[in-house]
Amino acid sequence: MDMLSFNINGKLLTVGKGKTILEAALENSIYIPNLCHHPDLVPSGNCRMCIVEIEGRRGQIISCTTPVEEGMVVRTDSQEISHVRQTTLELIHANHTQDCTNCSSNSACELQKVTAYVGVNEERLGRLRRTRQHYNIDDSNPFFSLDHNKCIMCGICIRTCDEVQGVNALDYGFRGFNTVVSTFGDKPIKESVCESCGECVVRCPVGALTFKETRQPTFEVKTVCAYCGVGCNIYLGVRGNKIVSSRGDRDSIVNKGRLCVKGRFGYEFVNHEDRLKVPLIKKNGTFVESTWEEAFSIIVEKFSAVESKQFAAFTSAKMTNEDNYVIQKFTRAVMGTNNIDHCARLCHAPTVSGLVQSLGSGAMTNSIDEFTNAKTIFSIGSNTTAAHPIIGLHIKEAKRKGAKIIVANPKEIDLCRFADVFMQQYPGTDVVLLMGMMKVIIDEHLQDEEFIKTRTEGYDEFLDSLTDFDLDTTEKITGVPKGKIIEAARLYATNTPSSLVYAMGITQHSHGTDNVLAVSNLALLTGSVGKESSGINPLRGQNNVQGACDMGGLPDVYPGYQKVTKPWAKEKFEEHWGVKLDPEEGLTHTEIFDEIEKGNIKALYQVGENPILSEADSNHVKRALANLDFFVVQDIFMTETAKYADIVLPAASFAEKDGTFTNTERRVQRVRKAVIPEGETKDDWWIASEIARRMGAKGFDYESPNDIMDEINRVVPIYGGITFERIEDEGLQWPCPTTNHPGTKFLHGEKFTRPNGLGKLFPLTYKASIELPDSEYPLLLTTDRSLYHYHTSTMTRKVKGLEILDGEEFLKVNPEDAQQMEISDGEYVTVRSRRGDVRVKIKITRIVPKGIASLTFHFHETPTNELTICAIDPVAKIPETKVCSIRVEKMET
Amino acid sequence: MYQIDNLVKDLVKQHGRAREALMPILQGVVAQHNYLTDEAMVEVAKELDLSAAEVYGTASFYTFLDTEPRGKYVIRVCKTITCAMKGKNEIIEVLQEMLRINVGETTLNDKFTILETNCIGWCHKAPAILINDTPYTDLTREKLVKIIKEYMHQ
Ligand code: SF4
Ligand code: SF4
Ligand code: SF4
Ligand code: FES
Repeated sequence: MDMLSFNINGKLLTVGKGKTILEAALENSIYIPNLCHHPDLVPSGNCRMCIVEIEGRRGQIISCTTPVEEGMVVRTDSQEISHVRQTTLELIHANHTQDCTNCSSNSACELQKVTAYVGVNEERLGRLRRTRQHYNIDDSNPFFSLDHNKCIMCGICIRTCDEVQGVNALDYGFRGFNTVVSTFGDKPIKESVCESCGECVVRCPVGALTFKETRQPTFEVKTVCAYCGVGCNIYLGVRGNKIVSSRGDRDSIVNKGRLCVKGRFGYEFVNHEDRLKVPLIKKNGTFVESTWEEAFSIIVEKFSAVESKQFAAFTSAKMTNEDNYVIQKFTRAVMGTNNIDHCARLCHAPTVSGLVQSLGSGAMTNSIDEFTNAKTIFSIGSNTTAAHPIIGLHIKEAKRKGAKIIVANPKEIDLCRFADVFMQQYPGTDVVLLMGMMKVIIDEHLQDEEFIKTRTEGYDEFLDSLTDFDLDTTEKITGVPKGKIIEAARLYATNTPSSLVYAMGITQHSHGTDNVLAVSNLALLTGSVGKESSGINPLRGQNNVQGACDMGGLPDVYPGYQKVTKPWAKEKFEEHWGVKLDPEEGLTHTEIFDEIEKGNIKALYQVGENPILSEADSNHVKRALANLDFFVVQDIFMTETAKYADIVLPAASFAEKDGTFTNTERRVQRVRKAVIPEGETKDDWWIASEIARRMGAKGFDYESPNDIMDEINRVVPIYGGITFERIEDEGLQWPCPTTNHPGTKFLHGEKFTRPNGLGKLFPLTYKASIELPDSEYPLLLTTDRSLYHYHTSTMTRKVKGLEILDGEEFLKVNPEDAQQMEISDGEYVTVRSRRGDVRVKIKITRIVPKGIASLTFHFHETPTNELTICAIDPVAKIPETKVCSIRVEKMET
Repeated sequence: MYQIDNLVKDLVKQHGRAREALMPILQGVVAQHNYLTDEAMVEVAKELDLSAAEVYGTASFYTFLDTEPRGKYVIRVCKTITCAMKGKNEIIEVLQEMLRINVGETTLNDKFTILETNCIGWCHKAPAILINDTPYTDLTREKLVKIIKEYMHQ
């Protein structure tokens, strides 16, 4: 970096080029009063507090907007400066509530600090204050309030909402004396587009924007947010064994201090009164409180009595790696079966099955941090800002730095505001859209010949299959105008590095694996994979779904994706675990329910899942569960599914345990215990180990998660070098085979992880979704997520504020459809599919196009998955939750 | 709603999408529609790739860009010192009597709104009012009654 020297108050300083005078001074502990400066934001120079004098220049210069120049001579104080500052400051005080002792920002307030330095003239101030106005406090948002009377108009909140969050909920409204920070239409914040991230509150220098939770933590614990695959680093603040705050870790490479609404405010569930606290045993149809002793003795008796093939377990993408490892080990080594699966089957199974075929490994190829340096980001089938909010921020940051954004989504999602090209394809037509783009790339010779030649195979067969996807066909099937397809194809192929992001919109289809292969074809064809800031990035949904897969919570692989059908793998684990193992692949999530219904599986051990809300065609799940002989559920709350259990075991939540989560970019991060567990709840790994020990198994004498990680290091090569000591401060990204390996930032740099080291292009054909609208069920139903809820909302709906912000389901329909069906906004309707019906309110919005409606699956009052279809992908066995057909019926009044 | 869409689209065609186009577009909407509805502002924001809050910030800055429902004829009575001294109160009395509404209100038939405004630059011919864009000056009770009657019959 170029360095510059300059003189400030007689002191010689050397600083990096491009620094402003204010930044240089503050960095070197020279205080210049300032109110509108924030290190994360572009300087705005509006408070006039930071004025300085520069030799050879006239008057006072605003130091927060003036870069340092070589040889500059700066003075930060003089009679003149102090006079001007004082007058300016008095004008601010004139309109400010003088009520410091009652203010929650007392002693953490920039205005107090500046006033202590600059001083005010009380007499003059008294005269100025006579015209002060009073504004009502906006406390509409459940998590924070805005008191205009304390606002000093620094604009930091407005700039934060723009520059950091990209939401632009706020701006200055009105004029002169009446100017206030205002939302659109000067409405209460809750009714604005605000996403309640709280970033503005964190940055407000005074007590104008303040959190409603005012309890101060007595200590803080660094851990990882449990709400999505981004894996933001947080500090949980604890007071009296209660969590009272959560703040982002500014040093974390993942989130750089930023958090979304769930990460910042979603901790209330940990200490919620509804937490399961003791084991429950169903006697005569009702649950009675019991003891661990009694529960264990029944479980041991029942589990010992079933045959291997009659047992299945669901592990959980919400638990730690250590928990997952032990539960799969229990299933394989003690119960003797590979019948273990988890909800990844319902989200990214096609990613694993698809990308393993084409690239050799089914994970995000790049790091989150690399998005900001991409030149083109193509987001397909991912509502990034809602489901992976902080990755959404990285994409917005890339856009600020000049990147082009392409969005392909059946719905006009928030990210479209930042899109250079928006393609609104008909749900289920992604293969066509992507192949259409590839046809353009080939026709215009934009493919990367060198990359195709040296790093891929299967090109010719692939080329042959491309002939079916000319632009006319593509436009006809997808509904996307040709011009946009061409534009997107050109951008992606030429404006490199290009990074591709996808999620459930690609995977949750009966042809999900084909979709994933289409995605990887596109990247391989253009050489946009295996490079920094360029690759294929499936965004994993749950906080530890990557880890649950890595740990072998899947029926076909041992931990570390070592195939159960490969004799060497089986022998290796037999040796480590000291038992004979099942040589056959186990059953998948969806198949397990089929087998339960048929009576072939009799006992189910389910940890941290709620399939009654999350599984497609959930009436099928209910029928199956009723058919079980013995059903054990281990969870933190009584869920809709747990009600069917014979025994419910209370588990510790993420804030009550130690261990690791692996985020979507393969980063293994340390989770730490912040509070002592509620009641008699126990760690999941401990519960499973205890059952194993009591069943007489060896190899379950773990004393801490660290012991389990030691074993993982030995048997999982990609985790070989990831120890607790090494990830104390910052997580490591697998593959990390040895303790001196630095971890892997992006995958496939030299060669692909397929056996021959080449990436493979696949010929593809268009397969229509299984159930398309017809005259009886004329609307297409697709599913989506809300920013405010997580999965089946077992946790988020225990947080009062989130419930206030988003408390009920709405069927989103297009205005034209609404008009045709004669239904109005807010009206209750019955939504019916061939499998079930739900009652729900209507929201009319142009976010969904004509002919398409959408629902989330967050609300148990509106069990969306009673409508969805369990048509599964033949390879990945994922159900088609993104496309089914429905009709809307008016309710009788 | 769709009407506003088209109006905004036409105005965008005329003035372009640059930030500078915001003012003329908002003025264009007000000229056609008397005031800026939420839908109109959201639509303008979308077309110009601005945030809705910014459009509102601009609209609320200018008194002549109303964001609340207004009548077809917006009568703005100058309240600044010269007009105030030369009989502004009487002007307001006459208007309130004739239209049976208070300052800040709109008649039930959505035809008239009475507002006060800061100086409109007609001090030398005070008292003065504006009806939409047309100034009426040197007003007396009789003159005003006549003017308003004409508007009533339009
Ligand atoms: S609310 Fe806070 S951050 Fe926003 S302008 Fe006022 S003082 Fe500044
Ligand atoms: S909470 Fe977040 S979205 Fe809401 S106004 Fe503040 S910065 Fe913007
Ligand atoms: S983006 Fe995900 S990991 Fe980050 S705070 Fe939000 S929910 Fe938590
Ligand atoms: S800090 Fe420089 S003008 Fe406010």
